[in-house]
Order: sequence, then structure tokens, then C-alpha cells
Amino acid sequence: MLRFVIGRIWQSLVVLFVMSLLVFVGIYAVGNPIDIFISPETTQAERAAAIAALGLDQPLWTQYGRFLRGALSGDLGRSFAYSTPATTLILERLPATLELAVSALVLSVAIGIPLGLWAALKKDHWVGRSIMGMSILGFSLPTFWVGLMFIMLFSVTLGWFPSSGRGETALVLGVPLSIVTADGLRHLVLPASNLALFNTALVIRLTRSGTLEALLQEYVKFARAKGLPRSRIIGVHVLKNILIPVLTVIALQFGALIAFAIVTETIYAWPGMGKLIIDSIRVLDRPVVVAYLMLTVTIFVLINLVVDLAYSVLDPRVRLSDLKG
Amino acid sequence: MAGHSDVSDPPRTTPLERGEGSADFARIETPLKRFVLAYRSDGVAVGALAVLCVIVVAAVLCPWIAPQNPYDLSVLDVMDSRLAPGERSGDGRFTFWLGSDEQGRDILSAILYGVRTSLAVGIGSTLLALAIGLTLGLTAAYAGGRAQVLIMRVADIQLSFPPILIALILLALTGPGVGKIIVALVAVQWAYYARTARSTALVELGKEYIEAARGLRLSALRITFRHLLPNCVPPLTIVCAMQVAAAISLEATLSFLGLGLPPTEPSLGLLISNGSQYLMSGKYWISVFPGVALLVLIVSINLVADHLRDVLNPRLQVH
Repeated sequence: MLRFVIGRIWQSLVVLFVMSLLVFVGIYAVGNPIDIFISPETTQAERAAAIAALGLDQPLWTQYGRFLRGALSGDLGRSFAYSTPATTLILERLPATLELAVSALVLSVAIGIPLGLWAALKKDHWVGRSIMGMSILGFSLPTFWVGLMFIMLFSVTLGWFPSSGRGETALVLGVPLSIVTADGLRHLVLPASNLALFNTALVIRLTRSGTLEALLQEYVKFARAKGLPRSRIIGVHVLKNILIPVLTVIALQFGALIAFAIVTETIYAWPGMGKLIIDSIRVLDRPVVVAYLMLTVTIFVLINLVVDLAYSVLDPRVRLSDLKG
Repeated sequence: MAGHSDVSDPPRTTPLERGEGSADFARIETPLKRFVLAYRSDGVAVGALAVLCVIVVAAVLCPWIAPQNPYDLSVLDVMDSRLAPGERSGDGRFTFWLGSDEQGRDILSAILYGVRTSLAVGIGSTLLALAIGLTLGLTAAYAGGRAQVLIMRVADIQLSFPPILIALILLALTGPGVGKIIVALVAVQWAYYARTARSTALVELGKEYIEAARGLRLSALRITFRHLLPNCVPPLTIVCAMQVAAAISLEATLSFLGLGLPPTEPSLGLLISNGSQYLMSGKYWISVFPGVALLVLIVSINLVADHLRDVLNPRLQVH
């Protein structure tokens, strides 16, 4: 077990190191930030001073050394565009992204599990078929296009929900949230539904296949033989058994939601990390891009590490096969 | 060698329906014939395949069938910009059936050109990723040992990141461009093929025909390519079909975000992105029609892939 844990932590560190190298060299080797951040009208001396101030005159490996030392102490450079520390800039926008992702997650579970159960129970009925058809559509629909269609339908035509921004926020434990105010909630509805779309389709499929499998199990037959009402068999016995795999996949999908929030935030001008990275890529604000990528990769590596370790505790076969391989 | 009459009188039922006892029948049918029969069993999938064929033909022939070349600046007239669907051009010689965009481009033509790019990028990146993933996956399965551990570990690590994040990292590093988006899509996809190829190959390697081939002292290359590879085709076909749809969708998303194709290339994602500025003023057609085209393309590929999975999955055929 100890060997497995150390191995996995070591692997995570290697991934982080490779990523930092890749991201840094890639970003700093593309384009010339001097042309973008320093006006062409400045004198030669002002130019040189600005380059020195941004540290752009150093060789790449020196810049990387500085970057790595900074990264370890949580300092990933200052944004060229905002001249505030890049990490602060991103962390300020983290709550907005998390709020969006969590809302989407809750929404997809709340809609997906009942629909999936229903689709399984009515497998050959038109209800079940149309739910499955909808879920294929949910997989196939490009998120960004659905987002635009939501805006067209619900904002422009019907005027029900606003199409951009977070609306009014209120502080909850020092964190600004939209969901607690009426105006903020109205702003949250469209982006959260948009982001939840793909996941809802996934939850429907997982729940349906899990239920179909569970219904064939001995314990369901036994419960039926005992004379338990159908609602109790489905709601307690079956649901309990399918919930574990479904929730595992959903938890794993949380990272994907944060990544996909890039698209949704751009469409709805939701002031989160995703919109920040797209804006930063457009103006070549490299410290912010580097900081975003490093932060996101770190979050993913941590999620994966925790999942791996949790799995090896739950299922010893995982770590045994790993040692053999 | 039983059941010779089968050739002249093909069974009306699919292998699926005939059940287990038909092992002899199945053997003398060609795999292609068996596949076609099984595929025809689902009307929706046949319809989706027909739609897909029409789209592909229209996209390939677009320089000849499109009303105008929307990327030839000399034929565009700014006076025709943002015309509603069905309106005629200023000189009255041309009808914009699906409207025009801010540069006076015919949306229908732009869609045809855009679909061609989507298909080219999607299929091209899938084939490239397939070649790389297949080679690595088969190598891992055949060689075993350290090579296998290394290849599969890299694939696992990569699959633990969402595709859009990997593509974003690469495109943020390299900037937009046709070659760059293909590289990004290949990087996103190869691990799926490597994994599928390896797991299928591991199962196949344990079977007797491989043992027989080894007993004949055939070379490793020959066993891999002539004996192992053909038997890995069905599962890889399914992954390919699903990945083409995913790649097209991802390309459109990245282009929409301004990270994928450069504005000079015809692209559905860019068309939708340009049109999104006019949604608020009710000029819906610039975004909506390219989006519908993208949707029909992706849904039909997914329906075909979904049915392929049922047809080609040996586990389902046993029942």
C-alpha cells in the first residue's frame, strides 16, 4: 500500500513538472509580448526599461527558474494586462466558476437520475425511448450552440432570463455568490442549464443502464417475492445500488465541468476563470495563461490522485495489478 | 464446411436474431455481408447513414454545387450584407436562401464549405490518431514489459484530463491554425485508440490462432499486422466513429472560442461565432443555420456509431 501511495504521488509530481515545462516553454516561445504590451511610440530607453521590468530580457531558462521558484511559493507572475498578481486574478474568479460548476452538477443529478430511472422502467415504452433519444441529443448538441440558442429563445424572444453577467451577488462567508439573490439566480439559470446539458445526458444513461442491470439481480427478485411494493423496491433497493457508480462518475466529471465552463462563461460573459483564460489568450497575457493552466492542471492532478487512492482502498485489485504491471 | 447452400440463399435474419446455433452459417458468410445484414436491422441507423452520405457528397462537391464561393472576396458584395433568408441580392441575380452574413456571404454556401472543413479536420485527425494509437497500443500488447507500462501510463494520465483542456493547453501554446488544430485533436484522441487496441489485442493474443501463427514461426510483424490487426478492427471502428463526431464538435467549439481555425478558413464554429453578435438584434440566421448543419452532422454520425456498437459488439451477438 505504501509503495502504491508513494508511486502515485511521485507520478503526480512528474506530471506537474512536465506540464510546467511544457506550458512555460510553449507560452513564452510563441509571439512577442513586447509588441503587444509596449506601445510602438515609446523611446528605446522606455522600451528597455519595460522589458527589464517584465523580466522578458532574461534567457528562457532563467525566466523558467524564476517562474518555478515563484510557482512553489504561490506566485506565478503578474498579469501584463491588469498588473496584478496572476494567481490573485484567477482566485478572485474561482468562486464564480465553482458556483456555476456546482449548480450544473446539482442540476444534472436532480434531472438525470429521475429521468434515467424512468427510462429504465419504461424501457420499451415511447417514454423510455424518447428520454434516450433526448440523451443522444444531449451528447451530440454542441454546448456553445445550445448556449446561443438559449439566449435567443429565453433572453431575446421570451425575455425571461438575462443573457450575460452574474447579476447581483451577496457575500456568503466572505465569498460573493449569485445564487442567494433573486437577480443573481435569474442570471445563473441559463449558464447552469447550458453547462449541465452534457452531464445530464450522461447521468440519464448511467442511471438507466445501472437500473436495467439491477432489476435482473437476485435481491430484486427476493424483494418482489417478499411482497414489497414496487415503489420501495425501486426507490430504496435499486436506487441505493446504482447510486454508488453514478455518483463516482459524477464526481469525476466535476473537473470536466470546470474545464467546459470555459465555453459557457465565454457565451454568457460569466466572470469566471474560463472567460479570463480566453480573454488572456486573445491579448497574449502570458502570466495569466500560465497560471490558469498550472492551477487547473494541479486541481486535476489532485482530483485524480485522491480518486486513485480512494479506489485502491475500496478495490485492492487496482493496486495489485498496478504493482504487477 | 457445412451449409454450402447458404451462399445461394442468404438467411433473411441477422446473426443477432439467429442466435448461437448459427456459428457455421456465420463462418461462411463474408464478414462484410454479415455486417450489412445486421446494420440494416435498424431503420433509424439506416436513415442516419443516408443523411450522412448526402452531407458528405454535398461537402465534397461544394465548389460545384454551392451558389457562390463564400471565401472568394471578389464575388462578395458588402451591399448584400445581413440579408434575411430568401432575399435577393442588390443586383437581383442571386437569392440568399439562408440569408447572408455581415460580409455579404451566402450562408448556404458558407455552410457547405464549412462542413467540408469540419469533415476534413475531423476525419483527418481521427485517421492520424488511429495510426499513432494503434501502433502504440499493439506495440504495448505485443512487447509487454516496460514499453507497455510506459505507453499505458502516459495514456491513462492523458485520459484523466478532459479533451477540451488538453486542446486548450496545446492551442494556447501554439496559436490558431489548421495544422495546429489537427495536432491538438490527434493529441486528444490517440490515447483512446491505444487503449482499445491494447485491450483487444491482449484478448486476441491469448487465442489459439495466434498460438498457431507463432508455432509456424511467423515473424512478429507478420503476426501483428496480418493476424492480430484484422481481429482488432471491429472495436476500433466503433471508437473511430464516435471520435470523428467528438473531434468535429471539439473543432467547432475551439473555433468558436477563437482558438481553432483562423478566420480565413471556412468553419462552422467561426460562422456561429460571427453570427452570435447579431443574435440580440434578431438576425438569427447567421448562427442558427450553421448550428443546425453542425448538429445534423454530429447526430447522424453518433447514431451510426451507436448502431455500429450494437452490430459489432461480439458480447451482444452471443445472446
